[in-house]
Amino acid sequence: MASKKLNSVYIKDAFSIAGPVEKEGSIKDYDLVMDDYYYRAKTFEQAEIRMQRVVIDNLLRKNHLLHSDIDLLVSGDLSNQISVSCYAASNYNIPFLGVYSACASFVEGLILASELIETRKKANAVCVTSSHNLAAEKQFRFPIEYGAPKPSTTTFTATGSVAVLLTKEKTDLRLESYTIGTVIDMGMMDASHMGAVMAPAAAKVITSHLQELNRSIDYYDMILTGDLGCIGSKILKEYMKRSYGIKMSNHTDAGCELYLKSQEETFAGASGPVALPLYLFNKILKQKKPKKILLIGTGSLHNPFLVNQKLSIPAIAHAISLEVIA
Amino acid sequence: MNKEEYQKLVDEFTPKEKKGKNAVIAFVVGGLVGFLGQVFVTILQNSFGVEVTESYVWLCVTIIFIASLFTALGFFDNWVSKCKAGLFLPTTGFAHSVTSSALDYRRDGLITGLGSNFFKLAGSVLLYGMISGFFFAILGVIIYG
Repeated sequence: MASKKLNSVYIKDAFSIAGPVEKEGSIKDYDLVMDDYYYRAKTFEQAEIRMQRVVIDNLLRKNHLLHSDIDLLVSGDLSNQISVSCYAASNYNIPFLGVYSACASFVEGLILASELIETRKKANAVCVTSSHNLAAEKQFRFPIEYGAPKPSTTTFTATGSVAVLLTKEKTDLRLESYTIGTVIDMGMMDASHMGAVMAPAAAKVITSHLQELNRSIDYYDMILTGDLGCIGSKILKEYMKRSYGIKMSNHTDAGCELYLKSQEETFAGASGPVALPLYLFNKILKQKKPKKILLIGTGSLHNPFLVNQKLSIPAIAHAISLEVIA
Repeated sequence: MNKEEYQKLVDEFTPKEKKGKNAVIAFVVGGLVGFLGQVFVTILQNSFGVEVTESYVWLCVTIIFIASLFTALGFFDNWVSKCKAGLFLPTTGFAHSVTSSALDYRRDGLITGLGSNFFKLAGSVLLYGMISGFFFAILGVIIYG
């Protein structure tokens, strides 16, 4: 069984930085914002490393913690060999695990760190994720200044980084249970239609989670998916209805909500592992309205070489349940 | 749900690209580029006394320079993505692809970065252009002697 209930894992704090397009979007009060994509670094990749270090440093400083107080650092990002996370981690004397499941990396990190905290008497961990629009464009798509025509299904990689502090000590944000997803390949070949690639993986993990924990979809006030985008969200809802007979009236997609409709350059919405935590910590949790939230990190596990070799794109999604106490 | 049924579901929710509108924009913009090129060539020939073949070389070099400069200044990609085939098919598109690749890799070393990736997008145009040029030349010799 891929699901497990957690008894004593809490989120103590989070720190976010958002990019130049994100700060013009639907959220106005990020902890930090970047005025440009370079963020005082020489290249975009180095800017992303700097972003991760800035969120970790600020999170530790805010909570009066030293490196030696942290038992585990789990990070994930989109760069080849998750080098952004590895280079950022080289700044700290903290045991490190790097994770990759594309845009589901953040939830995978939460699951790993939760497991460590759950099994120990006293522990805390920092989970970090980031993505950088232009670093991702360069790696996965076309050169940055190349004006390739894009279909309206394209998602726009969000720029930002979020660090989260998990502890054993009680706070009002509890990680309650999780479900590890399976890799699903529904034969989608279009790397500019990631929502369609990922929707079946999200549907699978949601239904496994509900079945294994014996819950109905209405148990949750909100099902928050990461980066299906506006078109992918519609596909997920319809797929859930047709395949599993489940009507999702409590679904929100972070990617679809992160930008304003007037930001035309973002097409079908945000993607990237940072979309989910950016929206969760800076919008949903500040509203203090939904009490039981099921977070679904959705990742398109695509690789440009294998797409060129005409292989279809596999996807993964992981779920973690978050309860807002009080 | 099997893969075929899922593909149908996806198609239901995938907006259709406006091919007709794109074709009209490409036709108008591409035509405009051609018109401006003709104006340039005519001015060179009539006012500066440049020979016909030489004037086309000047035109080609000028277009490449303008497209590369605009790419480097950072706004040409927006033009290309709006005008589509109207700008990425003519010489402007070729220059744009080379310059944008060069810009991406300029910090990764002159050989390992810029040099190796310069023709990342334009390489296919060059390779298949040369190969087809070779075969058409042979055909030309066979037909016209």
